[in-house]
Amino acid sequence: MTVRKTERLLNLLIMLLVQRHYVSKERIRGILYPDSTPDGFEKMFERDKEELRSLGVPIEVGSIDAYFDDEPGYRIRPDEFALPEITLEADEASVIGLATKVWEHARLAEATTEAVRKLTAAGVALDVSALDIAEPRLSADEPSFDVFWEATQERQPVEFEYRRSGEPAATTRHLQPWGVVRYSGRWYAVGFDTDRGAERVFRLSRVEGEARRVGTPGSYDVPAGTDVRATTHRLAPAPTTERAVVLVRRGAGHALRRDADRVQRDVAGPDARTAWDRLAVTRSGPGLADELLGHAADVYVEEPAPLREEIVDRLRAALRRTA
Amino acid sequence: MSAPRPANAGVTTGATAGATGGAKDQVARLLTLVPFLHARGQVRLEDAATALGVPADQLLKDLKVLLMCGLPGGYPDDLIDVDLDALEGEDADGVIRITNADYLARPLRLSPTEATAIIVALRALRNGARDETREVVDRALAKLEAAAAEGSARVDPGIDPGSDPVSPDDGALRRTLADAVARRRQLRLTYFVPSRDEESERTVDPRGVVTAHGFTYLDAWCHSAEAPRLFRLDRIHSAELLDSAVETPPEAPRDLADGLFATADDTTLMTLHLAPAARWVVEYYPVEEVRPQPDGSVEVDLLVADERWLQRLLLRLAPHARVVSPPGPTQTFTAAVQDALRLYQPGGVGLNPPDPTT
Repeated sequence: MTVRKTERLLNLLIMLLVQRHYVSKERIRGILYPDSTPDGFEKMFERDKEELRSLGVPIEVGSIDAYFDDEPGYRIRPDEFALPEITLEADEASVIGLATKVWEHARLAEATTEAVRKLTAAGVALDVSALDIAEPRLSADEPSFDVFWEATQERQPVEFEYRRSGEPAATTRHLQPWGVVRYSGRWYAVGFDTDRGAERVFRLSRVEGEARRVGTPGSYDVPAGTDVRATTHRLAPAPTTERAVVLVRRGAGHALRRDADRVQRDVAGPDARTAWDRLAVTRSGPGLADELLGHAADVYVEEPAPLREEIVDRLRAALRRTA
Repeated sequence: MSAPRPANAGVTTGATAGATGGAKDQVARLLTLVPFLHARGQVRLEDAATALGVPADQLLKDLKVLLMCGLPGGYPDDLIDVDLDALEGEDADGVIRITNADYLARPLRLSPTEATAIIVALRALRNGARDETREVVDRALAKLEAAAAEGSARVDPGIDPGSDPVSPDDGALRRTLADAVARRRQLRLTYFVPSRDEESERTVDPRGVVTAHGFTYLDAWCHSAEAPRLFRLDRIHSAELLDSAVETPPEAPRDLADGLFATADDTTLMTLHLAPAARWVVEYYPVEEVRPQPDGSVEVDLLVADERWLQRLLLRLAPHARVVSPPGPTQTFTAAVQDALRLYQPGGVGLNPPDPTT
């Protein structure tokens, strides 16, 4: 059954590809669906067309006769069907081979492999052995990633529950997505928020439940000149750089010591239980206070004063809550 | 909302799944196979199977379907011809020969999804590359973007992988690990354990690299622990390939799909209360159950293998997390907080009595 269907799909494709003019439904039916009832033919033909289209085969519908537009015809233009000529140097082919290892996202990994397969079929020879290059891994674990990305491609509005940082409950939001952008290690959907009437970014990890594509595909346009990366950088919380000078107990704080800007050994510490060292540390992104808190009594913050106060406040608050 | 989250492999849309997938997939394979052979001339069945990632017997089945396809004239000459005698007969030389299929000489153009996937992957590679390699990636990207743009309206993939390094550069490490596994040689690891804030050296018999919960691990027999252990790749500071062969019987790496921490025997089920500011924990660690509370906080059950890990987490989250049950960790935590606060007491420097245990 499968084999029969493969034959039919491929024969349909070839028939429409080799004809210079539109092919009438009548002719298609006569050759490829000879034993079908009129109803059966319509159904089968519709399904077959859709399956070919979902593979990316561009089936064009047109009028065979300029004066009688009631009879549609079909064709596939060879120049739209085929991958354009692409000639890659050996080193270019190597990086393309590496691209298949980047995605840690099942669908996009498979799509990359398929793309490389097509390039291989076009005559590109892949050799990844010669190349010395960092191999990044790109993951997209957020369950809503696919919805936002597909909606971006289809220009289809999305409805979703979103919980902002520090807020107790999620609210329903509506977005016309322009793109999905990774920034500071996080994925954001960027677009036009139709509830607020303004451009907005949403962190995908804060989307709760399933995001839903609503409304008509192609129902909005991305404003001309939109740079989704720039928009995200403008609207998403900026990655900050924090610096601190801390005293660290000898034998502790390995993660701090490893990339400290400066280390001064054997300094006077807050207690005499162990020897102490003074470290200057820099961190990009928020979370320095969290990291220092994690070291409990092995780390003493000298400066800046606000960081020191935050640490003391949080320790006191923790004590109150567990009391 | 309960963990574990479904793997993203389960996320599919449209009509790709289901009973019709067979024929459609076969058409897709043939649309790649025919141009592949056209571009290369004589290719043996096994070599084509390897290059295209299709099992050889499936490839043969695909080729047989081609025999029934061709131009719509209905004459024998209109059909595509595949020399099956060369593949199956007594005198088979295993070389695939196809004739009469010139109109399928070019592969299908990239679908929007394929174009997006490969372009974004290359842009991510570009971020991790040095200057000279970056120039190569740029050239490849330009050619691909041109190919994707031709005949299709849009080239903007809608996904931007950003400009920050995507993940630590562990390509060299992965190669060392894979090399050690393949050659059954021991490794000396320098490994950082954040929960204990210690760096240790250990000799291991590597079994394989596995991925779970967004992290990549080396599964290995650890000679220090005398037990199998998982080592997170981003915490391996160095891995040295030793001359010595592995001492334990070779074993396939564990399948971590069922939950990395749930399988350990020595875990304790603990219930945590997390204020909204600490809710991200639920997204980052495998948890057993999450119970949202009316005030926006959550109660979460998780299996804890190492209480030191939990204590450090509680400290990092202070004051937004506490342990509801069992009671033990709260006592330890309170003591640690008091100890830390003592450092900041006025005039505290050097005034505290030395700890008698050291």
